[in-house]
Amino acid sequence: MQRSLLRTLSLTLLALAPALALAAEPPTLVVYSARAQQLIEPLFARYTAETGVEIKVLSDSEGALMQRLQAEGKASPADLLITVDAGNLWQAAERNLLQATDSAVLAKNIPAHLRDPDNRWFGLSVRARTLVYASDRVDADALSTYEALGDDTWKGRLCLRTSQKVYNQSLVAMMIAQQGREATEVTLRGWIDNLAAAPFANDTQVMEAILAGQCDVGIVNTYYFGRLQSENPDLPLKLFFPNQGEGERGVHVNVSGAGITRHAPHPEAAQALLEWLSADDAQALFASLNQEYPANPDVPMDPQVAAWGRFRQDLINVSEAGRRQVEAVTLMDRVGYR
Amino acid sequence: MSATAEIAITRGPDNRSGAAKTALALLIAAPVFAVIATLLASLARFEPTVWAHLLDYWLPEVLGNTALIMLGVGLGVTVLGTALAALVALTDFPGRRVFAVALLLPMAMPGYVLATVVIGQLDFAGPLATALRAVGLPVPPIRSVAGLILTLTLTLYPYVYLVARGAFVSQGARTLEAARLMGFTPWQAFWRVLLPQARPWILGGALLALMETLADFGTVSAFGVTTFTTAIYRAWFALFSIDVALQLALVMLVVVALLVMAERLSRRSARFVSAQGAQAPLSLGRWRWAASGLCGGVLLLGFALPVLQLGHWALSAAAPISQLLPLAGRSLALAAMAAGLTVTAAVLLALVARTTPGRRLATLQTVATLGYALPGPLLALGLFVPYAGGIQWLNQQFDLAWMVHGGVSLLLLAYAVRFMAVAHTPLHTQLMRLSPSVDDAARLLGVGRLARLQRVYLPPLNMAMLTAALLVFVDVMKEMPITLMMRPFGWDTLAVRVFEFTREGQWADAGAPSLAIVAAGLLPVLLLTRVFNPKADHVS
Repeated sequence: MQRSLLRTLSLTLLALAPALALAAEPPTLVVYSARAQQLIEPLFARYTAETGVEIKVLSDSEGALMQRLQAEGKASPADLLITVDAGNLWQAAERNLLQATDSAVLAKNIPAHLRDPDNRWFGLSVRARTLVYASDRVDADALSTYEALGDDTWKGRLCLRTSQKVYNQSLVAMMIAQQGREATEVTLRGWIDNLAAAPFANDTQVMEAILAGQCDVGIVNTYYFGRLQSENPDLPLKLFFPNQGEGERGVHVNVSGAGITRHAPHPEAAQALLEWLSADDAQALFASLNQEYPANPDVPMDPQVAAWGRFRQDLINVSEAGRRQVEAVTLMDRVGYR
Repeated sequence: MSATAEIAITRGPDNRSGAAKTALALLIAAPVFAVIATLLASLARFEPTVWAHLLDYWLPEVLGNTALIMLGVGLGVTVLGTALAALVALTDFPGRRVFAVALLLPMAMPGYVLATVVIGQLDFAGPLATALRAVGLPVPPIRSVAGLILTLTLTLYPYVYLVARGAFVSQGARTLEAARLMGFTPWQAFWRVLLPQARPWILGGALLALMETLADFGTVSAFGVTTFTTAIYRAWFALFSIDVALQLALVMLVVVALLVMAERLSRRSARFVSAQGAQAPLSLGRWRWAASGLCGGVLLLGFALPVLQLGHWALSAAAPISQLLPLAGRSLALAAMAAGLTVTAAVLLALVARTTPGRRLATLQTVATLGYALPGPLLALGLFVPYAGGIQWLNQQFDLAWMVHGGVSLLLLAYAVRFMAVAHTPLHTQLMRLSPSVDDAARLLGVGRLARLQRVYLPPLNMAMLTAALLVFVDVMKEMPITLMMRPFGWDTLAVRVFEFTREGQWADAGAPSLAIVAAGLLPVLLLTRVFNPKADHVS
């Protein structure tokens, strides 16, 4: 019985011992990342090999990272925030978590519509959120625009991902930016009427449902399609790039990108990393690791990605997705898009 | 000193020790108060448009769903956990000895993993659903409230099973025998005597399951079902209103506090004395194979199938296992440290409450356990905001920049707040089995305070302490949002790796780390079964 008390106490001491040794040295360059770890690790390893600069990464979801940055304030060790989706990047800038970077290199490498107008963040890779269809059941001629998926012909044949995912929020935000709230609401109501199943938790499930015959067409990010295609080259699915007609707005694209944090301890080193990521091999690798399109138009795309075909993209600045995100979410709730 | 004088002294008001005990309890509950303070502070900022929007489009639906899910999961875990516990503790059927241990295994399976496997197999496109459809047996939509209830029940019933089995094993046989002598059939004895006796344990386990259900986001969002927690996330991450999220969490916390207090009240007068001894298990006759079938079915769905699926994924991904070792080491270290810290605090809290009369400490006890019902990110935020604020202030006076993350200690503190309820339940119920006359007898005999702790309270708590530690250990292994948000650099764990892969849907790559979480959780789960009255397992 004496021992049990001792055991309790020693367990407690054991619990606190490592905590006392926590005063670790600050890492050279600290990156907070909401982009999947396996997609950035190879890049940073190469950067360290080339420059000798050590990079430490802390991964979490974007919301939690922003909250963490905000709570840490001036004492934050983070130099760079990397995340997917322009909506998230806009939000980080809006909450004053990022600082402007005045860089001729970045201004040259990254097209204006793929970066913050105030240069607080820069898109580093591009993904198209486009249509995918069962190529054995659907004729590509039957497809035209995002909006047309709300037509009666698609009743019970459409699959969508949940509105909780920011990718769909950004898509809808850009629709509102282009054609206004009323027209977007009509489109959304059409989509909801045409759903073959409750919205799915991820894009892969949408494509699996199409493969299984539960529905015929869906909206997904291109790289999810790429992933399935790599597993099975004979996949009976095809991508379709909508809204390509005269006067139409083009395919909705989004970015993954990065910005230097407001209180970055090493802003110059962070800028050097950002510039390195925006050019040449690093830029190509950044995109191809996830089968995305390079943000820098001078960098060649991955052959598999190039084979999906060329398309005209929506050229409105992607920060619009952030500016109108709450409006988009509100509208999706109104029409019952869960 | 005569015995009567001693009674007069110890029974009389002992303000000094009472104040010390209250201070200790306050210290243990302090982090929860910090969280509550963060929640309350949000009330200063009212955002009518967000509230109006949520009232119009979210709250009616999520309140209905949440009530339905709580009801379903509450009933599910209570019935399943109690039935399985009664079967293995009181009756004899083929495989009973193995099932007694194995039925705890689903505890090691994270809910988000089971959810993915269940949906992957049983949604329209799933192989199992496709096969069943081919033979004319279409599966009803699995991504539904019913599917969610089924999945949560399968991962959470062990909380009830564990404590109910302990109750049945330690007092079942004798009670049944006594009841039989009084002319009851075993069935009547079970319903009229044994079940009412075991009620506090069963309710305690069910309450844990319900708190976990309320706080869950991973499983719920995999099923596409909206709950109160979904609304909190919607407010926070889609409508960017952290204050409304905190206000919603406050509402949730009040509901949980009421639930906990109702449970406490329902068993306030009940204190139970354990009866040692054992007796031959009941024969089930023809039904014995049905019992095996039920246990086997639960295990198959809750453990065997998901493990097979994870193994399949792990084999199909190329990542070398050696990469997992440092992650596993940190997971194990964090889980062990958190278990030590949480159980120590829980023991102190339970003892202080036991030895101090009055409501005040019972209330503090309740407050200290509320962290289990809060969604992880909100709990982390509730701790982190006051902490970071304090450190930033300190930082202006001294150079303390390195403290900003709080290192591992802040993470461990968060685990302790989150899992206090898990550690507290077995300890509290065990103390309830200790007759109040024991306290009086010890006092009468003039046993000093410290000696009383060592000789009277801790020995019977040994097993409960180990149970509590193992429960916390397994829970920390699986924990995701708090670990993500509060870990310092270099403390990536298995759960962090699973998150990194699954957030982009790469389940094949997540197979190996998920499997490692399950494997690491197995050892404590197996230990748990030896803890629970090992003697009774050897009854033939």
